[in-house]
Amino acid sequence: MIDVNKIRQDFPILSRKINGKNLIYFDNAATSQKPESVLKTIDDYYRNHNANIHRAIHTLGEEATAMYENARNKVANFIKAARPEEIIFTSGTTASLNLVAYAWGRLNLSQNEEIILTVMEHHSNLVPWQQLAFENGLTLKYLEIDESGTIKADALEEIITPKTKLLAITHMSNVLGTINPIKEMIKVAHRHNVTTVIDAAQSVPHLPVNVQSLDCDFLAFSGHKMLGPTGVGVLYGKQKQLEKMPPFFFGGHMIKEVYLEKTLFNEIPAKFEAGTSPIAQVVGLGAAIDYLEKIGMDNVREHEKALTDYALSQLAQIEGLTIYGPKNSQIRGGVIAFNLHGIHSHDVAQILDAEGIAIRVGNHCAMPLHTALQIPASCRASFYLYNTKEEIDLLKKGLLKTKKVFL
Amino acid sequence: MNDIYKDNIIDHYKNPRHFGQLDKPTVSHEEVNSLCGDRIRMDLKIENDQILEVKFKGVGCAISLASASMLTEEISGRKLKEAAGIKRDRILEMLNIPMSPTRLKCALLPWEVLLKALQKYWKKKL
Ligand SMILES: Cc1ncc(COP(=O)(O)O)c(C=O)c1O
Repeated sequence: MIDVNKIRQDFPILSRKINGKNLIYFDNAATSQKPESVLKTIDDYYRNHNANIHRAIHTLGEEATAMYENARNKVANFIKAARPEEIIFTSGTTASLNLVAYAWGRLNLSQNEEIILTVMEHHSNLVPWQQLAFENGLTLKYLEIDESGTIKADALEEIITPKTKLLAITHMSNVLGTINPIKEMIKVAHRHNVTTVIDAAQSVPHLPVNVQSLDCDFLAFSGHKMLGPTGVGVLYGKQKQLEKMPPFFFGGHMIKEVYLEKTLFNEIPAKFEAGTSPIAQVVGLGAAIDYLEKIGMDNVREHEKALTDYALSQLAQIEGLTIYGPKNSQIRGGVIAFNLHGIHSHDVAQILDAEGIAIRVGNHCAMPLHTALQIPASCRASFYLYNTKEEIDLLKKGLLKTKKVFL
Repeated sequence: MNDIYKDNIIDHYKNPRHFGQLDKPTVSHEEVNSLCGDRIRMDLKIENDQILEVKFKGVGCAISLASASMLTEEISGRKLKEAAGIKRDRILEMLNIPMSPTRLKCALLPWEVLLKALQKYWKKKL
């Protein structure tokens, strides 16, 4: 188990007052807060090492390059990639998924072939495929959720056909918290020669992820949801996939030789990192990974599981409150979407804000999921390693207060 | 604590005036605030450049629904020109609550619906 009080001291923002109350930050699925070590690392990078990376024959350039590449090693090690070249730095999950859609998808998916998605996808793992489908004449198929907000691996087996070429699925839903059985699904997909893309924006920050054991072809996540800075994300791809995939952004660094009439591209990962990278952010992400590894991802997961169990049981006591998604924390991360009967989610969030509690409301970039649930919007409380049961008690209190204002 | 949820806001939210729909509206219009899924529809019955009847329907937060309810009271029976001349500040004055930029979108949604409905009407008449 982890020492939450000690952890909390590492996050300067947690001592902020909001409307005179202690901040209770329950909007971690949107972005996480940052520990002192990450802030210091970024500050130190700019103060002492800042230079453009690669091809520099001066001390700062060499230091910056080493820091940047060292962060790549940390990421590779964190998700257990076979080699650091399989880690491409992007600006975030959205950029990573778009990169696969444009670079891999355009080349490999043609007329009438099928992509399988799920109704619980974040727009960033849906709209790029939908647009590609319009352009290339592809068919999109969606896995539906059952009453508990889960999808079974068998359901995939049922809708795969010889025309299916791609499965793009979220590891963990940013609304329902559902952790999908992706390992089994990837197995099913590969048995049918279907390539797999995993949106791991919500899983990599919160649970141990091992890309080799999952055997996924591509996997995307963002630095800012895992204690790192905004502006940096990762696309993991199997070496053989990345080598086959053509580059998408063209420019500096991604080239080997340029002639007036043709260009030879660089090796991976450089092939996909055209232009000046978000160097400070990558270095900051490295520091975030150091922090998470020091705590241990198993411990982070255990802590959040306990919080989730507690929150599910406490919130269920509020009359008129509906919780969406699985009730079993074995298959659910620390994300809880809910609605209070007869009260719009905006109003809930506003009243909680007056209590210093930050939750998110709306459709959480998952409009098709809300349509499937037949609700216009929902409230979402999402946890991280620095949250406590006492904070959940205050959330419950705030929700009861909200009811009083309206009923 | 919550300056926003004044009694009159809650009152309009819980007992919205002119709520529902008209049988044969001269014009109706709906707008969606995709950010939060709010949706407001307004039906107008217009004769001789006057709003004889107005009804609204929708899902939304207390602010957007209270704003719609107040607005329908404000425009009911008024000349079209007067309704079209309602300024955004008048909406804020009616609500009379502190407003963050996000909530401003909720507050102004019904007013946008009204203006678009009137534009639609005039376009149709041309
Ligand atoms: C499941 C999921 N996928 C994708 C994203 C997009 O991440 P980003 O906005 O960092 O690109 C998010 C976060 O908003 C998410 O929760």
